[in-house]
Amino acid sequence: MKKGYFGEFGGQFVPELLVPPLRELEEAMQDIMDDPVFNRDLDGVFTEFVGRPTPICRCANLSGDLGFDLWLKREDLAHTGAHKINNTVGQALLARHMGKTCLLAETGAGQHGVATATAASVLGLECVVFMGALDVKRQSHNVRRMELLGARVEPVLSGTKTLKDAINAALRYWIAHQKNTHYCLGSVVGPHPFPLLVRKLQSVIGREARSQFLDRTGRLPDLVVACVGGGSNAMGIFHPFAGDREVQLVGVEAGGEGRPGCYHSATLSRGSFGVLHGTRTYLLQTSEGQIMPSHSVAPGLDYPGVGPEHAFLKDSGRARYDVVYDAEALEAFYLLCRKEGIIPALESSHALAWVIGNRDKIRPQSAVLVNLSGRGDKDLDIVREIESQV
Amino acid sequence: MKKENILTQRISQAVKGGRRALIPFVPAGFPDKDVFWDIIMELDRSGADIIEIGVPFSDPVADGPVVENASIRCLEQGIGLAWIMEGLSQVREKIEAGIVLMGYFNPFLQYGLEKLATRAEEAGVNGLIIPDLILEEAGPHLKLLETHGLSFVPLVGLNTPKRRMAEYSELGPAFVYLVSVLGITGTKVSAGQLLRTKLQEVKDVFSCPVALGFGLSSRDQLDSTADLVDAVVFGSALIQHLDSGKKAGDFMKGWN
Ligand SMILES: Cc1ncc(COP(=O)(O)O)c(C=O)c1O
Repeated sequence: MKKGYFGEFGGQFVPELLVPPLRELEEAMQDIMDDPVFNRDLDGVFTEFVGRPTPICRCANLSGDLGFDLWLKREDLAHTGAHKINNTVGQALLARHMGKTCLLAETGAGQHGVATATAASVLGLECVVFMGALDVKRQSHNVRRMELLGARVEPVLSGTKTLKDAINAALRYWIAHQKNTHYCLGSVVGPHPFPLLVRKLQSVIGREARSQFLDRTGRLPDLVVACVGGGSNAMGIFHPFAGDREVQLVGVEAGGEGRPGCYHSATLSRGSFGVLHGTRTYLLQTSEGQIMPSHSVAPGLDYPGVGPEHAFLKDSGRARYDVVYDAEALEAFYLLCRKEGIIPALESSHALAWVIGNRDKIRPQSAVLVNLSGRGDKDLDIVREIESQV
Repeated sequence: MKKENILTQRISQAVKGGRRALIPFVPAGFPDKDVFWDIIMELDRSGADIIEIGVPFSDPVADGPVVENASIRCLEQGIGLAWIMEGLSQVREKIEAGIVLMGYFNPFLQYGLEKLATRAEEAGVNGLIIPDLILEEAGPHLKLLETHGLSFVPLVGLNTPKRRMAEYSELGPAFVYLVSVLGITGTKVSAGQLLRTKLQEVKDVFSCPVALGFGLSSRDQLDSTADLVDAVVFGSALIQHLDSGKKAGDFMKGWN
């Protein structure tokens, strides 16, 4: 395979001015991330700060109703309430080893921004977060959290004023500040080596889950299910199972409201091949190659691109990808709240909804592992807003 | 020996005449699609040696707000490659300047690269600048472009090592474009000595002419580098000039 590619997906479609910092990052990954000192430091942060390992738990009540065993990997219990922190503490540590003094991030709903601000704070780095001006308004809570953590939040006024424009703004900022700044990209997207770097850091989810599952049940799960926005929580749990051919991998994308003509975020299922934010992958775009707005009730799934390795897993058939609509995700959200005492993130609710929607096709007695990528406290305003509309 | 690309010729002629070649950049359809081709012809008459036509894209990561907003306005008018190719075919004969299309990779990719090369050649395009297509990713497409007489014009920066410049030089481009700032279009140029050192390096490595661009708004900025620059590119400053309703020709006068 060509360097930086997964089959025909991936690559480095960036301005030449970003080639030097990308090379520097690639070299740092090789030199630093295999070093025992780095890994000892990272393990320490994972254990003491993030709260790893996160447990897996069997849904005692739902499993009875469904007729098969439903297990959750509890990333909602990680510090800041989602898997995003695995990536940011790892990149912050790497940045520090590289001698960088500032962490740069984009954020949509604010989850990755908060996770980056958190990592920067504990590891003594400055932090700049670009956030679409529309999102700054919609997610004022997270803006406040980032500011409390010492980050500078820069509203992005260009384009659609959402996540994709925040990534553009971060890339532009990185061009000018590459000397002392590390770009802490939030998912398995972007130019090489980001998809590999983020996968490497998020794989802790799947490594833990695989060994926990074996310990608890003496076998592997039949199905591993995760929601896919950019694809980092999904890649994190899929990757360590990739060699287990008997384990089916299912990625769940956001179908939005589902009415014809409405925007959605089902990039792999409904998009087409193209280049955005430095990588060749599936995109939501017009026939002329202009990027379209995306939409989902789950802010973290709202992105018109997807990680190139997911595109590869889809085309190679190793993983399959399906679509869940806003209403189905909400139903799954309520169900987990009432039945299992867990308020899940609306993103993670998509993965749960897929399992519930496909209950008849899943063999009785099988074991299904869902990556519960985050907790839903952040989504209460969105849920309340929807409730007030019906 | 390869026939000398018209872009190289245009710059060499200017230099031989004791001046720097002028390369204005305007996004296609700006400020309005009805006047765009008139502006291009006015630029041509007022001394442009090469004209860069911007192909608008929704997510232009190498551009500052002036170019981005201009591109969005063009997109809102429905401008795309089809419109550009058709319009250019009709006026190309009347334009003396070399023509370069500058655009991000995805719209070219979706148009179809074979079709792009064929239509661009028919429409009289002489070269392409693709700010998000670096050496490694451009590799597979260079033969196609060459077959259709299209020069791939590389961008290099203040942070591009000499070794890498040499690799670009081996592609035999019609000219090379040095980005004058470690930043995006419209960033103010300030790096005096660093810029001079880099320009000297570019001159040493490349045998083709050297163009300087990004953030140029007046000729005074070039005083410290005058002897090393064969051509200058200006975009944001021209866009702002046009947007305030002033004539393209008046802008060019300040550079002649
Ligand atoms: C809880 C949660 N899950 C999932 C996602 C989607 O991102 P990814 O697909 O990279 O895991 C997000 C993004 O913000 C999130 O906050």
